[in-house]
Amino acid sequence: MRLKFRFLLSCSVLAVSLPACFSSNKNQGERLYTQHCSSCHGDQGQGLARLIPPLAGADYLALHRAELPCLLRNGQNEPIVVNGIRYHNVMPGEKGMSPAQLTNLLNYIENNWGNKSKPRTIREVEEQLAACK
Amino acid sequence: MLKRLFLLPALAAALVTACTSPDTAVRLPILGERDVRPRADGGPADTVFARVPAFRLTNQAGEVITNQTFAGKAYIADFFFATCPGICPKMQGELLKVYAKYGKDPRLAFLSHTIDPAHDSIPVLRDYADRLGMGAARNWHFATTGAKGEPAAKDSVFLLARAYYTAAEPDKQAPGGFAHNGTFALVDDQGHIRGLYDSLNPKEVERLMAELPILLAEMDTRKPAVARQ
Ligand code: HEC
Repeated sequence: MRLKFRFLLSCSVLAVSLPACFSSNKNQGERLYTQHCSSCHGDQGQGLARLIPPLAGADYLALHRAELPCLLRNGQNEPIVVNGIRYHNVMPGEKGMSPAQLTNLLNYIENNWGNKSKPRTIREVEEQLAACK
Repeated sequence: MLKRLFLLPALAAALVTACTSPDTAVRLPILGERDVRPRADGGPADTVFARVPAFRLTNQAGEVITNQTFAGKAYIADFFFATCPGICPKMQGELLKVYAKYGKDPRLAFLSHTIDPAHDSIPVLRDYADRLGMGAARNWHFATTGAKGEPAAKDSVFLLARAYYTAAEPDKQAPGGFAHNGTFALVDDQGHIRGLYDSLNPKEVERLMAELPILLAEMDTRKPAVARQ
């Protein structure tokens, strides 16, 4: 809620054109990725050998699309298979990220480094989060 | 705290650059304290350079690793732990790049110390090495000070880290419970530290790649001529 408010505020107060608002939002995904994810998954989403799965070209993203908001929020440490390789390691959860942030972050990783996917809406992500185990 | 830890390699790097202007870059500096000892016979005083202290570790294959393991070789040392959520993946990923370029060179070895010996048992280290793609590598050691559950294992690895100019210590605030920085230490065939590099800075890793051959060439001049043929 606060974020949405801040988002609106920054749009109106700066009185900048709409595209600027969208682009700053797009940058939020990239910023979040750099701050919270890149140390493990790499600058290019390449992962690290068989310790950390890649995000670039990962079949997991499409196969488990609806579960990804919960995966990011709660972390993941059960063994998982990405591109045919089994990983068993710990990914910490991001309990503090809002639905809006998760949406921007997922849109970023799902449409970068050669990945392509339908953009997510905050609404959709909120619904998926409500169904987290 | 962390900020202070990160200053170390920067300082060391400043030292190095101060010592190696481009035209004299043929020889890497020897880092650390030096001792000037007058000679009993009145001849010119000897300068004694700091060396890595004696250590005894166990690697992922259960083999004992000591200073002797690296006699006549250069090695790159770093400090990590298997469950490290912070800088380790990045750091080990960078060392993997160095390994890809120089790993086949018989004059060079790699030594990654766990700073979490209580968790990182030999099987954990073996699994880690395996998953890093180093399962078959004989010259990259993933080593612990606590193979037999020695109670002082943690203290001894922190002391060792300090000797390699790497800051590592338990810290409840840090991700994973340890604060450490991602320093790579380049050690020569005689146990002197010849370079310190911040693995989180791509420029520093490039510098390591550039300086490594300079050290290897210097080591070759120490080999007896017969051995070089
Ligand atoms: C501490 C390292 C670490 C961090 C930080 C991290 N991850 Fe992960 N991530 C992992 C590991 C390890 C796995 C696999 C977990 C397993 O083996 O069960 C994984 C799995 C995933 C997966 C599912 C598998 C795949 O590759 O498609 C996605 C998606 C993902 N992470 C995205 C992210 C995003 C986005 C962030 C930032 C918010 C992030 N991760 C932060 C280590 C990390």
